[in-house]
Amino acid sequence: MNGLFSELFISSLVSGGVIAGIPLIYAGLGEAISERAGVLNVGLEGMMLGGAYGGFVGALHFQSTWFGLMCGGLTGMVISLLMVVLCVRLNSNQIVVGIAITLGAEGVTALLHGAIYGDSYPRVPTAHPYAIPLLSEIPIIGPGFFNHHVSAYFAVACVFFVSWVLKSTGIGLSIKAAGDQPHALEAAGGGVHRTRTIAVLSTGLLAGLGGAFIVLVGAGLFVPFVTNGKGFIAIVLAMLVRGRVKWIIVASVLFGMSLSLTTALQLAGVDVPIDLVLMLPFVLIIVVLFAFGRRSYLPAALALPYDREQR
Amino acid sequence: MSAPHDGTTVALAEHKSQTESRLERVSRSMTNALIPVVGAFIIGGLLLAVLGRNPFAFYGNVIDHGLIGSLGRQETLIRMAPLLLIAAGLMIAFPAGIWNLGTDGQYVMGGVIVAALGPELAPHVSGFVLFTILFIAGFVVAAIWSLIPAILKAWYGINEIISTLMLTFIGLRFSAFLVKEYFYDRETTVPQTRVLAVADRLPRMFSSRVHIGLIVGLVAVIAVHFVMRNTAFGLRLRIVGMNPKAAIHAGMNMKVLTLAIFTLSAGFAGLAAAVNISGVDGVVRAEWNPAVGLLVVPLVFLARFHAASVIVFIAAFAVFKVGGESASRKADIPNFMVLFMVGLLLIFMALGEYMQLRSSRKHQS
Repeated sequence: MNGLFSELFISSLVSGGVIAGIPLIYAGLGEAISERAGVLNVGLEGMMLGGAYGGFVGALHFQSTWFGLMCGGLTGMVISLLMVVLCVRLNSNQIVVGIAITLGAEGVTALLHGAIYGDSYPRVPTAHPYAIPLLSEIPIIGPGFFNHHVSAYFAVACVFFVSWVLKSTGIGLSIKAAGDQPHALEAAGGGVHRTRTIAVLSTGLLAGLGGAFIVLVGAGLFVPFVTNGKGFIAIVLAMLVRGRVKWIIVASVLFGMSLSLTTALQLAGVDVPIDLVLMLPFVLIIVVLFAFGRRSYLPAALALPYDREQR
Repeated sequence: MSAPHDGTTVALAEHKSQTESRLERVSRSMTNALIPVVGAFIIGGLLLAVLGRNPFAFYGNVIDHGLIGSLGRQETLIRMAPLLLIAAGLMIAFPAGIWNLGTDGQYVMGGVIVAALGPELAPHVSGFVLFTILFIAGFVVAAIWSLIPAILKAWYGINEIISTLMLTFIGLRFSAFLVKEYFYDRETTVPQTRVLAVADRLPRMFSSRVHIGLIVGLVAVIAVHFVMRNTAFGLRLRIVGMNPKAAIHAGMNMKVLTLAIFTLSAGFAGLAAAVNISGVDGVVRAEWNPAVGLLVVPLVFLARFHAASVIVFIAAFAVFKVGGESASRKADIPNFMVLFMVGLLLIFMALGEYMQLRSSRKHQS
């Protein structure tokens, strides 16, 4: 066990934790917006997967990580349009539509990838890291935290931006009202449907970015089902932070570390059954649900469709 | 959290039904169910066309290999057995307002134990006794596995959608761990359990490969239908699903009922695995994940929890699953068409629900 506290183990755990945590930050942030507005987005996994594939195709086509990320975000947004039409406008059951989006996205991305790239398995252009001066020179943990592709820092910036929007702007207030008191929002002259539409589209954009990050910065290539449950983990993280969106960053990196533990353990030469290690993040989610689930703050009108005709 | 049953839709549908003849009602519910299916086929066909494959040839091959060819038809009937049992479990959970989305994990956990137990027991007991033990083992293991989300839900109010989905991920890894560490066959190089000898498997019917698991599945679906609609217990579960507050007011023990719903629903998923392993598979490999549980979800909804419709939809799905494998191979695309189509099916189902609600509102005003 002497390998467990070695420099190599800690730095690979930190670095892997950030790489695996950034997609959770993007997606969890998106889900937090959506949940605040009263829409429980179970389709997050599907939107991430769509973004992962869109980002992959975009990056291959333009030979650029940044264009790839943009394509990924757009793909996520297009998929979330389905949720807008069905759940916000037509008041369909949010859970059924969410599962539909996840299953459909799993199927269509795997099909397209297999039919188009199944023989070649191409890799996307390398995403070059940018080392933040000084901070990245901190021994052991410095490179792990502060030497990543710029889109990783962008995720953190997004969290602060959204946190500011929710706290200090009119649209932020509308979003919170759409989740807690939709009728009051409508009475005050705001639009519940319009607000929720904006919220769901932002969720799609952020989930798409998160999925694209997995492929473009993390894995370097697309494989079917590449998100592997990260969307569901992000849903729980969003529930967990209870509206204090900045905590998404901490929670995501911690979960990212548990996701990247296998690699770190292998590097440290510790022999633990791989399946148990891969199980860990999901066990953690259950433990977290158990420990904090009862206190988790959820908007009053979450998962309830808003119908003007019914009061 | 809104229950799977859309209260208003059901109430309106029942209100309407009084003015309709039985025949009209049946034909209307058939059209309502068929529209999403047709929609899914059209969009699926468009995707095939985009990929440069001929959709008509693809669907033709599906029917050829899943229904018309004798080998394919037998395979379809074999596949139906576990699907019917999973559906039977969902026919308990969904009307009772419990989103058991963890049937895949429950299936695999039950299956691993059955696969490990089978070859150990086979030399000592055989036939009816062996199968009874294996069926009970599969049922009980999956039921115990589902106690985790059940207790979280009943005592701590934790939403079961996330917990059951997460437990599928855990169950898949945990069963792989069990196979690799404890249940592996020392005589093979790939990590897998010992094989249940063909002679020790479920008896076959009509001098074909189809085993009696199909009967078990059919009986289960019909029995669940009967219990849910014609017994006090079934009525209780449906009240819990439609109006939990009313259930509490009526003095029902919600905690016990929640546990019952989870364990019964998961138990059927475990039984499904037991039937499939003692019927055809005979073995479980590490990393084994049939991933059919989530795909059964829309079928059960489309069938509105009605036994006859469930059987029809499961049969059609099995045809598509078996035929789709051959058709995908011929079209040189990976075998994910079914997954995509099930997603489409759910989306069109949501659309259909909206149309129905709108038309019944028009009728009212």
